[in-house]
Amino acid sequence: METLWFWLVALMITMYVLLDGFDLGAGALHWLAARDESGRRQILRSIGPVWDGNEVWLLAAGGTLYFAFPALYASSFSGFYLPLMIVLWLLILRGAAIEFRSHVRNPVWIPFWDAVFAGASALLAVFFGAALGNVVRGVPLDAEGHFFLPLWTNWAPGPDPGILDWYTVLAGVTALAALVHHGALWITLKTGDPVSSRARRLAGLFWYAALGLTLVLTGATFRVQPHIPERLAAQPWGYVFAALALGGLFWSLWQRRRGEDAAAFLGSCAYLAGMLASVAFGLYPYVLPSVSDPRLGLTIYNAATGAYGMRVALYWWIPGMILVAVYTWFTYKRFAGKVSLEEEGY
Amino acid sequence: MESALGLHRFHFAFTITFHYVFAQFSMGLALLIFILKTLGLRTGREHYDRAARFWIRIFAITFVLGVVTGIPMEFQFGTNWARFARAAGGVIGQTLAMEGVFAFFLESTFIGLLLFGEKRLSRTAHWAVSLLLWLGTWLSAYFILATNAWMQHPVGYKILPGGDIQLESLRALLLNPWLGWMFLHNQFGTVVTAGFVMASIGAFYLLTGKHVEYGRTFVRLGAVAAGIASILMLVPTGDMQGQNVARHQPATLAAMEGLFETQEGAPVAIVGQPDMEKLRLDNPLYVPRLLSFLTYRRWTAEVKGLDAFPRDQWPDQIPLLYYSYHIMVGLGTIFIAVSLVTFYKLWRRRLFDSRRWLWVLLLMAPFPFIANTAGWMTAELGRQPWLIYGVMRTSEGASFNVSSGNTLFTLIGFMGMYAVLSILFLYLCYREIDHGPEPARSGSPS
Repeated sequence: METLWFWLVALMITMYVLLDGFDLGAGALHWLAARDESGRRQILRSIGPVWDGNEVWLLAAGGTLYFAFPALYASSFSGFYLPLMIVLWLLILRGAAIEFRSHVRNPVWIPFWDAVFAGASALLAVFFGAALGNVVRGVPLDAEGHFFLPLWTNWAPGPDPGILDWYTVLAGVTALAALVHHGALWITLKTGDPVSSRARRLAGLFWYAALGLTLVLTGATFRVQPHIPERLAAQPWGYVFAALALGGLFWSLWQRRRGEDAAAFLGSCAYLAGMLASVAFGLYPYVLPSVSDPRLGLTIYNAATGAYGMRVALYWWIPGMILVAVYTWFTYKRFAGKVSLEEEGY
Repeated sequence: MESALGLHRFHFAFTITFHYVFAQFSMGLALLIFILKTLGLRTGREHYDRAARFWIRIFAITFVLGVVTGIPMEFQFGTNWARFARAAGGVIGQTLAMEGVFAFFLESTFIGLLLFGEKRLSRTAHWAVSLLLWLGTWLSAYFILATNAWMQHPVGYKILPGGDIQLESLRALLLNPWLGWMFLHNQFGTVVTAGFVMASIGAFYLLTGKHVEYGRTFVRLGAVAAGIASILMLVPTGDMQGQNVARHQPATLAAMEGLFETQEGAPVAIVGQPDMEKLRLDNPLYVPRLLSFLTYRRWTAEVKGLDAFPRDQWPDQIPLLYYSYHIMVGLGTIFIAVSLVTFYKLWRRRLFDSRRWLWVLLLMAPFPFIANTAGWMTAELGRQPWLIYGVMRTSEGASFNVSSGNTLFTLIGFMGMYAVLSILFLYLCYREIDHGPEPARSGSPS
């Protein structure tokens, strides 16, 4: 049961990254991809009806993590206090920027919110990547399962780490490249020229960055968290996830060159899902490793709630997710195709 | 430690109070927008659709601020209240996750369709979207209130030897006897807010002679909705909520009422300041025996005062609790009085010519926000010193690994951020109100 919830939470986080990932990436990129107001409005229009729903995956995943693994939720949220608060501020600024920018037509107002939108989107991608890097590297847990990390210490993953060190920054930059690539493919798919073709060229650029950084990060990860190569050696089937990631990345390159934008976007989805599944597989059964004594690490067993809670939650979680799938399908179908600025919103 | 705990408390109180300004307005407004869409569908008049579109624009700004200020609330259970999250996460995590899965997805899907879908959907479908959005926002409240109701009156759980609290019955959690009246009381409160705001803006249009037709619609719908909801807040929901407090949190009742001594035929204090040194009310103005009657339906019944409870069971902020409660009840009474006069004037068809009364309605707008905030302060301060009533003390629940310096840092950050958001919100709402419900400004924004 613990294992089931571990993978369900991993699935929800993956959905969050796939969906909010493209609007974060599109946000980080929109200044580069669109050179004029109508282009930027197209990009905003392409995420307008969906970004809020995408962000809900974060809340739903957080809530599910909370009841299934309360000790993990309590330990990690309080230990990662500072970066989480910064993430909250960035989410607030970003939401405000998307909503507010178009309310006032003014040559000062609009660029201001565009800058906030781009900056917050890019920083969020970096912070989410760094957060994952922190989980992979592990934290200095005490015997009660608590810790507190400052923003940085000596910039090295060791017994006394900070939120930011060379490894987590590398993870953050990789996440930024991967999500910008993802967002560029979304813009290509959803907008008309010239924005679309610019975004396609940028996707090409960021594809190389994503590939290179992914390889470097994988090498670094094997050094920083030896549990992962051990897991892979013990259960080599775990390499399917890595294969999915690389296959997806190359598939997206091939499809993009063929001009099949939807297939290229799906390839990027496979890449991101493969990366996250590799991390989940590699850490299992840990959910938050310890940097010192491995016995202090939080696992799915010592962090989980009682058996009744996990069983009863399936009764609402499964129908709930079916409903969510229906809404998501409905929304994306309603707003399918390239956006048009002809039909204004509200 | 004391100051760290105090900062964690203030951190949560500040962020949730600010969040609830937007949440209450949008929940009430979602219902009023649905009513406007229904009127539009039934009468076929473009007037109501335009009126709805105007409020949807205001709703969009409010909703986004509600969303972005709401995300920190879920996070803070973990960041600032880790001990509590760890002990009780298996219980309240269920309702918080259900809110995400059942309510947030519904809301976010249908807000997108409401804002961007009017031209892609049929008239009936767009009406249905407004219905689902209203239901989504209220469902959200249901799950959050289920969480709070469990903290006020824990049910369906067991405590393990290590101190962890585990869920034993999801059914009990979702059908908590505390929850039903609390939910209705709270939701009518949101309608009072949205109704008075709508009436206030309608009155503004009538007084300034702009958009007069819309002004009439807004005053009529807003004042009637707020009036009905105000009455329902007193009976039955407020009354029943009070009965629940009297039965399950008797020390809270005594503190709210400023009743220091147990007495038969206990009075209700209308005015008076709690003096915590001398343990009495200064310059009290009483309605004799009323509290006994309200609580037990007998004029001479004995009501327990604070002296009946050991000091460590007293709420730790009695004067603030007392004032919050009295402000809530006082404003609620004023809302009912204003509504009755408004009903009378509407019935005699004199309302729209009565500039003086339109001024009263114009000035009503801020007060429901204050009343709802005071109501929540009553509930939350009244629960003290408990985080989970009778199970876990507030002092045991905070994140001890987060130092007071870090908490203060993020508290200041939130204060600055929220100050900016407040200014932006007021500015953007002012622009929408100033522009009014008529369509077609050239180069209308998307």
